[in-house]
Amino acid sequence: MSKIDAGAGSQAGAQAAAGAGAAGSQKGARATSRTSAKVIDRIATGVFYVVAAFFILLLASITAYILYKGALAASPELLSFVGDGVGIQLFNTVYLVFLSLLVTMPVGIMTGLFMAEYAGSGFFVAITRTCIEALSSLPSIIVGLFGFLVFIQMTHSKWSLWAGSLSLAIINVPLIARTTEDAMRSVPRSYYDGSIALGASRWQTVTHVLLKASIPRIITGMILAAGRGFGEAAVLLYTSGMSSDVNFHDWNPLSPTSPLNPLRSADTLSVRIWSLKTEGIAANSQQIADLAAAILILLVFVFSLGSRALGRRLQKRMLSGN
Amino acid sequence: METETCVQTSALNLYYSDFQALRSVSLAIPRKHITALIGPSGCGKSSFLKVLNRMTDLIDHCRVEGQVLLADEDIYAAAVDPIMLRKRVGMVFQKPNPFPMSIYDNIAYGPRLHGQKGKHQLDEIVEKSLAAAALWEETKDRLKKSALSLSGGQQQRLSIARALAVEPELLLMDEPTSALDPISTGKIEELVFELKRSYTIIIVTHNMQQAVRISDMTGFFLLGELVEFANTNNMFTAPQDKRTEDYITGRFG
Amino acid sequence: MASRLRKWQTEYLGRTLVTAFGLFVVVLTLGILGFLGYKGSATFIDYGHSLTEFLISSKWSPGEAGQSGSIGSAVFIIGSLEVSSLALLLATPLSLAMAIFIAEVAPQRLSTTLRSVLEIFVGIPSVVYGWIGLAVLVPFIADLFHLNFGFSVLSAALVLALMICPTITSVATDSLAATPNEYREASYALGSTRWQMIWHVKLRAAIPGILTGVVLGLARAFGEALAVAMVIGQSNRFASSLLAPTNTLTAVITANMGNTTTGSEYNDVLWSMAALLLAISLLFILLIRVISRRGQAS
Repeated sequence: MSKIDAGAGSQAGAQAAAGAGAAGSQKGARATSRTSAKVIDRIATGVFYVVAAFFILLLASITAYILYKGALAASPELLSFVGDGVGIQLFNTVYLVFLSLLVTMPVGIMTGLFMAEYAGSGFFVAITRTCIEALSSLPSIIVGLFGFLVFIQMTHSKWSLWAGSLSLAIINVPLIARTTEDAMRSVPRSYYDGSIALGASRWQTVTHVLLKASIPRIITGMILAAGRGFGEAAVLLYTSGMSSDVNFHDWNPLSPTSPLNPLRSADTLSVRIWSLKTEGIAANSQQIADLAAAILILLVFVFSLGSRALGRRLQKRMLSGN
Repeated sequence: METETCVQTSALNLYYSDFQALRSVSLAIPRKHITALIGPSGCGKSSFLKVLNRMTDLIDHCRVEGQVLLADEDIYAAAVDPIMLRKRVGMVFQKPNPFPMSIYDNIAYGPRLHGQKGKHQLDEIVEKSLAAAALWEETKDRLKKSALSLSGGQQQRLSIARALAVEPELLLMDEPTSALDPISTGKIEELVFELKRSYTIIIVTHNMQQAVRISDMTGFFLLGELVEFANTNNMFTAPQDKRTEDYITGRFG
Repeated sequence: MASRLRKWQTEYLGRTLVTAFGLFVVVLTLGILGFLGYKGSATFIDYGHSLTEFLISSKWSPGEAGQSGSIGSAVFIIGSLEVSSLALLLATPLSLAMAIFIAEVAPQRLSTTLRSVLEIFVGIPSVVYGWIGLAVLVPFIADLFHLNFGFSVLSAALVLALMICPTITSVATDSLAATPNEYREASYALGSTRWQMIWHVKLRAAIPGILTGVVLGLARAFGEALAVAMVIGQSNRFASSLLAPTNTLTAVITANMGNTTTGSEYNDVLWSMAALLLAISLLFILLIRVISRRGQAS
């Protein structure tokens, strides 16, 4: 690998040298080309700074706009857990993602273990890898339709939290599988040898040592998956539905309007934004959507930043004890 | 030296695919002694260690021929479970390799694997093993700290303690001091010397002085062949084979 | 006997377990392909339409409740292609410039910060992009070009471009950063300026990675449903200009899947579109594989 790289490098170097040689064929020409090369370099650098500034300004102003509109729309009534309050959708979002992680994590981790330690390099692993790759880049509407077909139509059931969370799990399994595989592969080989030499079986080594060493990265992956889940809408439209009938005084998971009942339909923040923007008829639908967007984006930011911070901390703790 | 034999190999051949790494090696390792294996890189001495605890099983296209008897039992017999074998034959690697967990959990790892669950017994094993590896005094107040917070030399002694915790009959050491500074190396050597009271030790080393300092017996490997196997003193003062003499006088390697 | 049981517990049980999960993922993927393919075939088998009509014709009046009409979906196919390729055209230069800036031009600390910022923005939900498009971009475009409505191909492409920019930038940055440092040193040692070094050496070495990022962006844009549906205007005819509304595969599916009866021609043709969408997505995945393999080979 490195040999090939070196070859490519010297080739590229040779080309650059050829360019320099041509430029240096006449003394005067060389001087001019030197200055013009320098000018071009300056201009290019300037252009990059301008483009970057534009880009960052754009992203920053979008964020600021969303948060500003959200703050304007915020009122005790809209922040509540009854009526039009987006508290309901906030709860639904978090709960649905939580339920989906209950499925995503074991399936993703097991698949990752399989890929990293047991699959070898045969035909079957090539198939598995291709499937995971395909799964991870499917449009989410496609996964949503599959969920609709299998979990709703074929079981003759209504839109529900569990159908939504299972569909969402399909989207996140490849992410967790890949994170686990990468983490396992980056564990030093010496851990493996050390454990085997103590008379551990391969499975014991994988679960007790390699997996343990991979935990910080897997947790980071999990938070990333959660952050992605919060924003998913296309996968949920036809699986968990676009409405919720829920009573926040009833916490018996078996009761049909209990927030905890996984068989009730539930709209999340992102689905709510979609439905308000496309078929919203309420007078304050604009405000509700503004607020929902602001909360959603905050949620995503917090989780994105949190995953990095936590990942770093866990890594540190593992190295230092305590 | 009239002693019991711990490990006996006869006509041992080892192949990695087409490459023959060991050529008809026959030797008897005496019990409760230190045996040093020396020789230039790639001479087969490390491969020989791997044969003794069947780490060779983990290598693709690796084939072992011949006989290896551990306490008169053929370790390559079909009925032998390599996992149980590795419990009896401990190994310490070139680079210290503590697991990313606490000092306590590192030592308790092996005993737990083999069914030891009681807190009290585990506490006892941990203390005994750390003490045997001359690490107890330094670590008794920080057993819950990550093993990775220890210094390189301490980590290597921890690796030794971890191997001792499963009470092996035979301890294999693959250049255990090659990654350490001279002071840590000295401590490990002292420790190894102490350990021979209760354990049989085979140590692969690059360092001939080390072999002289600590070992009772020395084997010299060259190109997969065991050239000479003798009492350490004899080997270094009056080598029988010309190649051994060339090697220990620094003419090659 | 006891040792065999132990061996089963400590080794084979776990191995069987993880293998089963690996198998499950394969079955799941094939299941998605199978189910969508099967549902999508009803248009052609039950209702006897031809694939050519579906792909080429733009006559769109599918029947509800057992009736049969026309199912030409060319408008949506063209709409999807139009919107996503325009988005790509807008996003690629910007992303590439941004990637070069982060990987090569910016000072270390700024570059690290920008990378984190990018990763955060990759995670912004597409609905939020759609919502911004609807609240800001659509009125702005209507104003700018004196239109009655700002719903248009351009609005959709801009929203998608914004959405895929962080993705492309992120992948391209990684690929630029992964080119060996020796290239840079070799080039500087030959007296090239920074720009010459980037242009002649770095970009050339990073091309497979950059292409992967671009295809990834294209795939995301092509498969995005909600953000597009919110700003495209959902008009079932070809766009006469970039400022005219049209419709896309994803938008049609999203808007109508819930309003049509299962088994009707209308519903079935939506599933055919979903199958087509799936097929095209798989094509993109294949393309990425080919590109990255080429990259490794050269």
